[in-house]
Amino acid sequence: MSAVGTPVGTRPAIGAPAARRPRQRARVLPTAVLLVGALYCLVPVAWVLVASTKSRGELFSTFTFAPGTGLLDNLGDLFAYGDGAFLLWCANSLLYAGVGAVLSTLVSAMSGYALAKFRFPGRDAIFYAVLGGVLLPGITLAIPQYLLMSKLGLMGSHWSVLLPSIISPFGIYLSRVYAAAAVPEEVVEAARIDGASEWRTFTAVAVPMLLPGMVTVFMLQFVGIWNNFLLPFVMLSDEHRYPLTVGLYSLLAKGSGEPALYSLAIVGAAVSILPLIALLLFLQRFWRMDLISGGLKG
Amino acid sequence: MSTTAPATATAGAPALRRRTRVPLAPYLFLTPGLVLFALFLVVPIGYAVWLSLRGLRISGGGPFGRREEVFVGFENYAAALTSADFLSGFGRLAVYGAIAVPLTLGLALLFALLLDATTTAAKRFSRTAIFIPYAVPGVIASLLWGFLYLPTTSPVSHVTEALGWGSVPFLSGAALFGSVANIAIWGGVGFNMIIIYTSLRGIPSEVQEAARIDGASETQVALRIKVPLVAPALVLTGLFSLIGTLQVYGEPTTLRPMTTSITQTWVPLMTIYRDAFTRDDLPLAAAASVLLALGTLVVSVVLLRLAQRRAFGDAA
Repeated sequence: MSAVGTPVGTRPAIGAPAARRPRQRARVLPTAVLLVGALYCLVPVAWVLVASTKSRGELFSTFTFAPGTGLLDNLGDLFAYGDGAFLLWCANSLLYAGVGAVLSTLVSAMSGYALAKFRFPGRDAIFYAVLGGVLLPGITLAIPQYLLMSKLGLMGSHWSVLLPSIISPFGIYLSRVYAAAAVPEEVVEAARIDGASEWRTFTAVAVPMLLPGMVTVFMLQFVGIWNNFLLPFVMLSDEHRYPLTVGLYSLLAKGSGEPALYSLAIVGAAVSILPLIALLLFLQRFWRMDLISGGLKG
Repeated sequence: MSTTAPATATAGAPALRRRTRVPLAPYLFLTPGLVLFALFLVVPIGYAVWLSLRGLRISGGGPFGRREEVFVGFENYAAALTSADFLSGFGRLAVYGAIAVPLTLGLALLFALLLDATTTAAKRFSRTAIFIPYAVPGVIASLLWGFLYLPTTSPVSHVTEALGWGSVPFLSGAALFGSVANIAIWGGVGFNMIIIYTSLRGIPSEVQEAARIDGASETQVALRIKVPLVAPALVLTGLFSLIGTLQVYGEPTTLRPMTTSITQTWVPLMTIYRDAFTRDDLPLAAAASVLLALGTLVVSVVLLRLAQRRAFGDAA
C-alpha cells in the first residue's frame, strides 16, 4: 500500500541527472556491457536505414552496411506502389492506433475511476473479471472475435479492427491503480458537497489528476495497436484497409516470388518506424512506467 | 451525460447514508467499459466455446445428403489434442520460450541494474537505444532480422564467406529457434528493462547506503538488496513474457517467405489460423483457441501462485 503512493510524484524523473548519490568513477567493464546492449538494439535499425538507400541490384550484391545509391528511386517506388497504397496504410495505422488509443484511454479512465472511488455491489466481481482479461489478452481472442465479426457482418470493415482495440483490461487495471493513488477521497468528497454532479466531479476534478496515468495508458495502447498484426490480418481482406504491419507483410510475402518488392518492404519499414521512434522518444518523459511496477507492491 | 448521478449529488443535503443506497454513478461510468468487455471478450469466448462443440455432418444419404451443423460434444477438443500439428507446435513453442523468456528477463534485469549502478557511464544513451526496439512492430522487426539472417544479405555470412567458411544457416535446423527467439528478445528487452529500472529507482537510497557502509561491493548491493526488492516487477515482466510467448505468431509468419524450415503449423496459433482459414474448419479452430486461452490462463495463475506475491491482489 505504501508503494501505491509513490506513483504520485515524489520521485525524480527518470531522465534527471543522478544527483541522489555522489558519482563514482565509471568503470570500463559495466559500461562496455551496457554499450554492447545498446549496439545490439541499434544494429537492425541502422541496417534498415542503410538498406533503404540501396538499389535492387545493390541489395543482394554489396556489403550489408555499405550505403547504396537508390534511396530516391526506392522512395519514389514506395509511394507509387499500388496507387499510393503505402500512404493509405500509414493513414489506416494512424486511424486504428490514434482513435483506438484515445477511446481506450477514456473508457479505461472512467472504468478505473469507478472501480477505485466508489463502493457498490459487484465491484469486486467486475475487478476480478478485468484481471482475468489482463491474463488473457488480445491475440488468443483474434479468431473468436473474427467469428463474431463475420456473424455481425462487420468483417473486413475498419470497425472490425477499431472496436476490439478499444477495450483494454490492462488499461482499466492501470487506471484503477492510478486513480486509487492520485485522486484523494477528500477532494472527491469536497466536490460532491459543493454540489457538483458525479460526471462533473470526474471531468473537472479527477481527470486533471489522472492525466499522467492517462498518458501512459494512451502510449501503451497506441504502440500496442500500431504493432498489432494478427487482428487486422484476420479481419481484413481489402488491401486499402490494411495497417502498415499487414501491408508491409503482404509486400514481403509477395516478394518471395517478385524480389523487387523486397526493396519496397525494406524502404517501407524504414519510413514507417522513424515517426514512431520519434514519437516514443518525445513522449518518454511523460511516461509513468513506475505505474506498472509500482502498482504491484500494494 | 450531465445528469448522471441523481443518487449522490443532492447538494447540501445531510449525509443520507450513501452506503445504504445503491449508487447509480459507478455503473454509468463503467457502462462503456463493460459493454465493450462483454462484446469483445465475453461474447467471442462464449461463441467460440459453443462453436467448438459443433461440427459438420453429412445427414441423409445418397444424392440428397447435405452438410449439417450438429452438436458433437468434445470431439473437436479430442481432435485438437491428438493433432500432431497442434501438439508439435507446442513442442516448438516450448523450445522457443525456453530461450526467449529467460534471456529477455535476464538481459532486462542486467541492463536495468547497470543503468542503476553508480559505476557505469553513457546511461542516457544506452537507455534510449535499448528502448527503441519497443517502437518497432514485431512484424517489421522480423523483416529486419530476416534480412540480417538471409545468406545473401547477412553481414555475418558476408564475413564468414570471405573467410571461406560458407554462410551461416540462421534460418534452418536448430539455429532457427535461436533466430526467432532473438527477434522476441530484441523487441522485449527494452520495455522490461524500463519496468525493472523504474522499480529500482523506487528503492530508498538509505537501504543501499547502509549496505555500502557495511562494506558491500556494488555487485553485492545489486544481487542481495536490489534484486529481491524488485521481485514483484520481475514477476510481472516474467508473466507478460510468458503470455507473449504462448501467443507468438507474427514473427514466424513473417519469416516464412524467407525459409522453408518454418511450416504452416510451426506454432499453435499458426495451426489455428490454418484450420480456420485454409481448411475452413471453424469448430476445430475454435476448440484449439479455447485450449490455448485456457492454457495461457492456467500458466499465468500457476506462475502467480509460485511467485507467492500479491502481484495483482490489492482489490479488497
